[in-house]
Amino acid sequence: MLIGGILVITRRNPVHSAVALIVTLLAQASIYLMLYAPFVAGVQIILYAGGIMVLFLFVIMLVSIDRSIRERQFNSQWVVGIIAATALGGLFIAVYSKGKDIFPDRAFSVAEGDNTQKVATMLYGQYMFAFEIASLLLLVAIIGAVVMAKKRI
Amino acid sequence: MGAIVQYIQSYLASDKTPGAAGNMFWAFVYIMLVFVGLSVAVIAMNWLERKILAHMQVRLGPMRVGPHGLLQPIADALKLLLKEDIMPSEADALIFWIAPFVVVLAAFTVFVVVPFGPTHAITDMNIGILFMLGVSSLSVLGIVLAGWASNSHYPLIGALRSSAQMVSYEVAMGLAVVSAVLMTSLNATGTGTLSMIGIVQAQQAQGVWFIFKFFPLGLIAFFIFAVAMVAETNRAPFDLAEAESELTAGFHTEYSGFRWSLFFLAEYSAMIAVSSIAVTLWLGGWLRPFPNLLSGATWDQAFSFFPGLSFLFLAAMCFYNTVRMPKHPLFRIQTIGLAGFGVVLALIGLVLFIPAVRVRVQDIFWFSAKVAGFMYLYIWYRGTFPRYRFDQLMQMGWKVLLPMGLGVLILTATVGLWPLIQNSLWHP
Repeated sequence: MLIGGILVITRRNPVHSAVALIVTLLAQASIYLMLYAPFVAGVQIILYAGGIMVLFLFVIMLVSIDRSIRERQFNSQWVVGIIAATALGGLFIAVYSKGKDIFPDRAFSVAEGDNTQKVATMLYGQYMFAFEIASLLLLVAIIGAVVMAKKRI
Repeated sequence: MGAIVQYIQSYLASDKTPGAAGNMFWAFVYIMLVFVGLSVAVIAMNWLERKILAHMQVRLGPMRVGPHGLLQPIADALKLLLKEDIMPSEADALIFWIAPFVVVLAAFTVFVVVPFGPTHAITDMNIGILFMLGVSSLSVLGIVLAGWASNSHYPLIGALRSSAQMVSYEVAMGLAVVSAVLMTSLNATGTGTLSMIGIVQAQQAQGVWFIFKFFPLGLIAFFIFAVAMVAETNRAPFDLAEAESELTAGFHTEYSGFRWSLFFLAEYSAMIAVSSIAVTLWLGGWLRPFPNLLSGATWDQAFSFFPGLSFLFLAAMCFYNTVRMPKHPLFRIQTIGLAGFGVVLALIGLVLFIPAVRVRVQDIFWFSAKVAGFMYLYIWYRGTFPRYRFDQLMQMGWKVLLPMGLGVLILTATVGLWPLIQNSLWHP
């Protein structure tokens, strides 16, 4: 996953970056598997790697490739970049060392058989309102896209 | 020797798939068996497609290469292996090289969960159907990359059209699958299952194949899936993206030789994979026909003779055609070859009559027979239906199949929960 992430930002060719992002997302799915959540892993593959990345690739292909390959890769902001990365790293280390007691010692082995059932029970029971709001948000996005792209009547 | 036989017998008596039992050796054996079986099936499909299409078009198809063209697929494979491997200049070499592999990987990995029997799957994930849908959606990525990497107009347009079509029909497929999975939850605990073996066992427990359940809802859901799966695999009548008169050959125009054969392999494997999904979800998987109407031990016994009888029937057809071969001396080798093939088929049929083998092979046979029926339907569609224009195709995917799928889903849920709804209506 780390290698995929690094490749995404260092490749000159945007299609290579997209392929590296696909690798990263598949690695994410396997992390979900290691956390005993097979349903989430399956849905991650279907939606992210199989749906969203296809759309990414569509858009990348519409952008002129030659110009973006020949653009000079610049890193003149490297001072600020290093400061920001160090600050973020320090934040992570602080959170981990202070809150180490909250994390369990090892991954608790829940019965992975009920991952689907548990997600469904929580999604349609306790978090039903958030579920509906999220679907409404997606509907608004779809309507916005259709309105912006349609021809004038 | 005796120890090996005993090891094999002790394994075959188990009641778990190799994945569930954590048995690496047998998992590997099963993987090899599935791989070999799939390759043989793709080769057979090549021959069958050309012969069946030809007979539907009142001509003969390949007759020269072997007896009745039986060695034609081998000749095709040899030709593809020996062809020059061309890569367009200015093409992105890495992506050009990766794209066929992505498609083949996606098409072959789905067979890990395909259930050939109650314990005859490589493994039985409890998200089985979700895994199959997810991994087969990765082949869309491979197609887009292939079209782009060829650095040429026809493949790019073909790839974009093809992937747009596949993504649209995945939605309709998903809805049809969900309404079938809903039917698995009509058991005592009210909990359904996404695992492929679990879905067939739910059909066994409820005593009815899901295609006939809640008539006509199961049938409509099956119909939606049957149409969507043909569109998903870019086969006629939805093959605009690779139709020769429209786009030369779509996304695999610039691929030659072995790379093209990888795409070909992936296409037929994907066809077999989605047919397996349809068979598992609606047609009862490995269950024999008429589980209710003709139930009982004697009928089980009678149906268990079917595998052997079908092979003997094929052998009989081979012998009949051997007799009908022209008596010219140049045809002698072909005649002998056909007779030999018939003898091999007859031997396989006789082996399948042995009681020990008969009991175990039944599940695999019925599953394969149903998938073979679907393959015949695929070829039939190709020979019969005219091609859809691309906008008609997209319109059908979004405006016809998607609302139908939603309607079937809502109706299936309502009818399935009818006792509960009735209770809550009468006793609020």
